[in-house]
Amino acid sequence: MPASPSLAPEVLAALAARGRRHVVQAVAHAGAGHIGGPLSAMDILVALYFGVLRIDPARTAWPERDRFILSKGHSALGLYAVLAMRGFFPEAWLDSFDALGSPLQGHPDMLRCPGVEMSTGSLGQGLSAGLGMALGAQRLGLRETRVFVLLGDGECQEGQIWECAHAAARYRARQLRAIVDWNGLPQYAWPAAAPLGLERVELAARFAAFGWEVAEVDGHDPAALLEALAREPTGDAPLVHIARTQKGRGVSFMEDQAAWHARVPTPDELARAIRELDAAGATAPLPELHAGGGGR
Amino acid sequence: MSVRPDEAQRVVFGQTLVELMAEDPRVLLLDGDLANSTRADIVATARPDRFLEMGIAEQNLVGTAAGLATMGFRPWISTFAVFAVKRALDQVRMVVAQTRLPVRLAGAYSGLLTGFTGKTHQAVEDLAVMRAMPHLTVLVPADALECAAAMRWAAEHPGPVYLRLGRDPAPPIFDAPLRGYDPARASWLRRGADLTLVGTGLQSARLAEAARLLAAEGVQAGVLHLPALKPFDRAAVLEAGAPGLVVTVEEHTVLGGLGSLVAETLSQERPARVIRFGIPDVFGESGPNAELLEAFGLSGTQVAGRVLRLLQGIPDPVFPIIPDFQV
Repeated sequence: MPASPSLAPEVLAALAARGRRHVVQAVAHAGAGHIGGPLSAMDILVALYFGVLRIDPARTAWPERDRFILSKGHSALGLYAVLAMRGFFPEAWLDSFDALGSPLQGHPDMLRCPGVEMSTGSLGQGLSAGLGMALGAQRLGLRETRVFVLLGDGECQEGQIWECAHAAARYRARQLRAIVDWNGLPQYAWPAAAPLGLERVELAARFAAFGWEVAEVDGHDPAALLEALAREPTGDAPLVHIARTQKGRGVSFMEDQAAWHARVPTPDELARAIRELDAAGATAPLPELHAGGGGR
Repeated sequence: MSVRPDEAQRVVFGQTLVELMAEDPRVLLLDGDLANSTRADIVATARPDRFLEMGIAEQNLVGTAAGLATMGFRPWISTFAVFAVKRALDQVRMVVAQTRLPVRLAGAYSGLLTGFTGKTHQAVEDLAVMRAMPHLTVLVPADALECAAAMRWAAEHPGPVYLRLGRDPAPPIFDAPLRGYDPARASWLRRGADLTLVGTGLQSARLAEAARLLAAEGVQAGVLHLPALKPFDRAAVLEAGAPGLVVTVEEHTVLGGLGSLVAETLSQERPARVIRFGIPDVFGESGPNAELLEAFGLSGTQVAGRVLRLLQGIPDPVFPIIPDFQV
């Protein structure tokens, strides 16, 4: 099994800034799209694609590869940005996001977009597909293959998540890894919501009660993410990482602002966002990977 | 193993899957905790290595099957048709139909004849829903032998399939194993110059009976059986319109299923009068099979009587005819 490229945390942080720059630019260009969710998930996506996943953009059907499913499909643009930076398709494609005929549909389409392992968009469904992949890998003797599924915290209100949590624990699907992008801000939200910290603890307890191994990680700390996401579960239970994140992360005036769930930046806001992201390293050259993740 | 022509489709389902598993290592069966009803237990007993119990959780059942399909497996899903089609409809739509993955949805206990379970468990709108789903193939076998043939066809099909299955033994229309099954090729069970009866699934045998009764009354009714609603035999449906009167009969709502398909096709290409018999925009009822078919006007006798009234210009009673409850 090939190693993942080992990149310094500063390089990952710069890649995340580049990814965020793609997100805000593409939403401004398309005049539509989700923005807060892709920004909160960006550090997780970069850690996965540039440090954890055993993949090869030149061989998208390589059987032993790790699988990734973006169950919170409305963060498609974040995934597209990272797939492009990782070499699955040219970054220039990002300008076509949401355009008629584009492979970059509003939500990820596995039949249209290279590197997308499962079509998602209707929430709560990615974990079950991931369970099927993990059980399939087990049956095929692909013991090294891991299946990562990125969930939103709001998405965990869907009943199917808990149908799957139950089944995955019963099947001891230790090749299945869930990550919850815990930004604490759904699209509209409950009135009088419980304090955010309490809800996060409650979500962790729920996964634990279903028989999962639960870990918490800072969803914006590249080094911590690399270490957490690369590790094996301690037993034979599936592992879930609750990643504490901020919606809109990386652009000061979007952080923790529910209004930026799917707002389109004005030209002035776009310029400010790009200045901030460039200062965070968005224009640094892409690292040379030499087919890093998947070469064998 | 040879299939008995009058075997219940649920039994044929289990037996045929065991055969397919012996031939193809990719074949799996996922059950929604109904295996002893759907007879998926035949597989659980014969091939426990290929049987995955997924519990009472249909959304996850469908999603897991889709994930297995991406890994190269050919998963079959077994549950009641009501749950496969409606409980997990959004899952069927996004991760099965939109992905075109080779998932096979076997909807057991379809139609009205579901073992006294009543309207909650009677799938009477599944064909309308599944026919409207892009990329999905919709198979509606008439009897045991056609069920086996349809499953063998589905096993080789690269895309998603919905298979509508009946619970109980029923009169067959085929008495020998089918050769060269093609869902887009309909079967003429009888030719007749006065009108054509068009059926699908288990209803087709009841139409053959109705045509025999009509012949005794001097009415020559042709009987066309459609083994699938998608794809379907367009040429045969157009041919069915030749007498100028077509009566479609389905153990399903008259909205969106077989009757709609025939009316849509003929109205565009060969206008003919199309009368649709079926479940008239109501839900089902609990009751014994024979009484349900009578009450909803779907038995061979009822269909013959309804056609005779139609030809004589006598108004049809309002179905279903449910007796008043008396203590």
